[in-house]
Amino acid sequence: MLGGVQTLLLASLAGRMYQLQVVESDRYKTLADENRINMQLLPPPRGRIFDRFGRPLAVNQLNYRLVIVPEQAGDLERSLVAIGLLVQIEQRERERVLREAQRKRNFVPITVRENLTWEEVSRIEVNAPDLPGTMIDVGQTRHYLSGKEAAHIIGYVGAVTEKELAGDPVLALPGFRIGKNGAEKVFESRLRGKAGSRQVEVNAYGRIIRELRRDEGQPGDDYVLSIDMGLQEYANARIMHESASAVVIDVHSGELMALVSSPSFNPNSFTTGISQNEWNALMTNPRFPLTNKAVSGQYSPGSTFKMMVALAALEGDHINPNREIFCPGYLDLGNRRFHCWKRGGHGRVNMYTGITRSCDFYFYEVAKRVGVDDIAAMARRFGLGEKLGIELPSERNGLMPTRDWKLAVYGVPWQKGETLVIGIGQGFVLATPLQLAVMTARIANGGVAIAPKLVREAQRVGKRLPDLREPFPSMGLSAAHLAVVQKGMLDVTNDPRGTAYRARIEEPSMAMAGKTGSVQVKRITKAERERGVVKNEDREWKDRDHALFVGYAPIDSPRYAVSVVVEHGGGGSKAAAPIARDLLREVQRRDPARRGPEENIPLQTTVSA
Amino acid sequence: MSLWDRVSQINLVLIILICLPALIGFAMLYSAAGGEMEPWATRQIIRFGFGLGIMFVVALVDIRFWLKSAYFIYAGAFLLLIGVELIGDAAMGAQRWVEVGPLQLQPSELMKVALVIALARYFHSVSTEDIKRILILIPPLILILVPAVLVLRQPDLGTSALLVISGTVMLFLAGIRVWKLGVAFAGLLGAIPVAWQFLREYQKTRILTFINPESDPLGAGYHILQSKIAFGSGGLFGKGFLGGTQGHLNFLPEKQTDFIFTMLAEEFGLAGGIALLLLYFILMAHGTVLSLRCNSQFGRMIGMGIVTTFFLYVFINMAMVMGLVPVVGVPLPLISYGGSAMLTLMFGFGLMLNAHIHRHVQIGRRINNLRS
Repeated sequence: MLGGVQTLLLASLAGRMYQLQVVESDRYKTLADENRINMQLLPPPRGRIFDRFGRPLAVNQLNYRLVIVPEQAGDLERSLVAIGLLVQIEQRERERVLREAQRKRNFVPITVRENLTWEEVSRIEVNAPDLPGTMIDVGQTRHYLSGKEAAHIIGYVGAVTEKELAGDPVLALPGFRIGKNGAEKVFESRLRGKAGSRQVEVNAYGRIIRELRRDEGQPGDDYVLSIDMGLQEYANARIMHESASAVVIDVHSGELMALVSSPSFNPNSFTTGISQNEWNALMTNPRFPLTNKAVSGQYSPGSTFKMMVALAALEGDHINPNREIFCPGYLDLGNRRFHCWKRGGHGRVNMYTGITRSCDFYFYEVAKRVGVDDIAAMARRFGLGEKLGIELPSERNGLMPTRDWKLAVYGVPWQKGETLVIGIGQGFVLATPLQLAVMTARIANGGVAIAPKLVREAQRVGKRLPDLREPFPSMGLSAAHLAVVQKGMLDVTNDPRGTAYRARIEEPSMAMAGKTGSVQVKRITKAERERGVVKNEDREWKDRDHALFVGYAPIDSPRYAVSVVVEHGGGGSKAAAPIARDLLREVQRRDPARRGPEENIPLQTTVSA
Repeated sequence: MSLWDRVSQINLVLIILICLPALIGFAMLYSAAGGEMEPWATRQIIRFGFGLGIMFVVALVDIRFWLKSAYFIYAGAFLLLIGVELIGDAAMGAQRWVEVGPLQLQPSELMKVALVIALARYFHSVSTEDIKRILILIPPLILILVPAVLVLRQPDLGTSALLVISGTVMLFLAGIRVWKLGVAFAGLLGAIPVAWQFLREYQKTRILTFINPESDPLGAGYHILQSKIAFGSGGLFGKGFLGGTQGHLNFLPEKQTDFIFTMLAEEFGLAGGIALLLLYFILMAHGTVLSLRCNSQFGRMIGMGIVTTFFLYVFINMAMVMGLVPVVGVPLPLISYGGSAMLTLMFGFGLMLNAHIHRHVQIGRRINNLRS
């Protein structure tokens, strides 16, 4: 009987075996594979960014890291001392390594040093036999060859925050970086690529035994920007220490040749983790180095807006451009007096000379006749008051006020005096340097509604991706009307009475047209006007006028447009026009179609007969 | 009987049936070490050789010596058990080891055999009429329960259960009525809440997670779940010798001791598992046949007691690794790595062989009246 019980029990064991190994076997086989097979994500190489001529701006640099495996090193402290003789290790780093070694499993490599130079790598490798457990490990870090000169365009990458974690699992990888600003941020999804993966067999402690399968994934797309890095660098050097921004744009394609915001910052500081001091310095700098002033700086356009007023008047048939009116130096409206910038007045001015000499009185008068709503409508056709859709983050709208807008926002009706102020580009109206450059380009190209572009092309694994952007529509403006404005702008820099005659381009084939602008930051009080404290030099930096200039060149067949805003630079003709001139000259000089052979032809050595 | 007579009576089939699982054990230990003789296989082979020596010595001693010294052996094992309480070394949270010279001994293991001997000795002297008296039950119950409680206090739930069950089975074999055992069993059930008090926290969680192991896959249920995964993934014919992934990758805990059967099942599948089960079955069946052929009650009781103990080892271990009973720490006999269990078993088989060799010897109920 006892034997029977025992046999029964043994039989039940056999039954259980059958249940586990035959009936439920599939389930446990899956579980077993899940146990031992570990999926690992392979971070894809980030797409690179080039300038229009293929010059690399943002690349992935091999980051040589010195790692040590405690298990193989044996006495970790002694190994560190030995390594310390070859490459420098800070005492603090040494302690960190020892701390990490205690926390982690002893076959997990610990990073001792990052960003080793070639010499340091060689020194380690040569001595490798005496350094058990040390290895050189190669990772990738983002490096910006363009440095601070294009920091606002390229942006930078940084660690993934908790909020950004959703979605792509590759984001959770330790040390993974994503675009935080500039093109790096806007093109993030395509620069990132698709993560590869590998299946590795691991044991219960997570040690990798062998690799079972590997899928390389897809590297991120490369971007070729429209920026000419040489011009970009030139512009940075030209602006120097001013708090300023400049935009150079191709008037036909809308491609941005240069986009500068100054002061700038070093994007490479962000990729490796910025120090607290550097961060604080950036944040507290009164000239806002982190802000891309070219797309998010909003300024009163000042006299550069007068072309809009003129075109609104011409298109609305409010005035004959040749009709002269008399500028006494001020205009009285009700009990308020609106001054022209020229004390004593310009005398007789028509639309041409009104633009050339930037007569405020003329545009007070014209604006009064046109009305703010028509001016606003014209300005909008030129891209003011709304985003242009440039491929950069934090682009701002600017502001193009109308009667309805004021009633809606302030709850009070529009005042006639306000229209006058709009006539000279002050008051409520705001524009970004990018908008001003686009406005100028649309004037220069004969009224084609170009839009700014930063990307020339994108490439996936060396293959050009199709450009799906549509051709630009015509704005439907009268060529004759545009010619009036163009003539006025031409004389600004080429007529001795023009406000920027001194900043003209003297080479006839490169000559530029333009328009100055000076914007009061602080109202000149009556007391100041009487005391005669009106000169910018007499005032504090932060109280000085913003200096603006927009222009295009060459005049006979316009190709490039430019806008320059120098914050608190004083007068537009003095501070902004020379910069704009130099940029327009440089961009033309760099144009391959224009480049002469002179530098490249060696002198012929005379062969004596 | 002369020594030669005894040697000639040695049952070769039994020896072979003992050696076969041991050989399987060596192979599994070789595999558990990732295809190395070190650190387990070599030492296990030496131990087994030593165990065989002990088995022969035990087998060839006159059976009456064992009869006479039965209570002394029990008393010795009992003292060692108390010694564990006093001087024992806490290993793995449990006081189980006591050092005797160079040997580390697990007195609870020794107690398993000692209990069999003592109970066999006791019932050898009890007549068929006496067995019906209820009072006759009291001494064996004490013999069983006192060491069981001591072992439980160590705490070693598995061995404690094994002592109680094998003792109970021996009472049954002695002819005590089932209903009486039922009463005793009811008493035991009543003692469960008391026993629960003795259990360490880890034992309580083991029993609780046994009920639902998947609830805490990385915690206490880890052992059972991983074992079942390894088991199930073996399938019909396994992953091949040295081919088990779960064991070699260390997902399987204690793969060289308690969970070695899982390892075997993973590498050789259902076929291998059933084969080993059959081998054990034949060994036990053969042992039972040999025991029942003994003329003396003492011999029969010893043989059956050893078979029962052996059976319990096999059953509890296999049921445990397959998730049928809680993980209690019982090795797989002749296969698991470990010295104490091996020595105990070989000692036990020695006694079984001894009983077989002396199966024709008549032993009177009163032991001071021995005739050969």
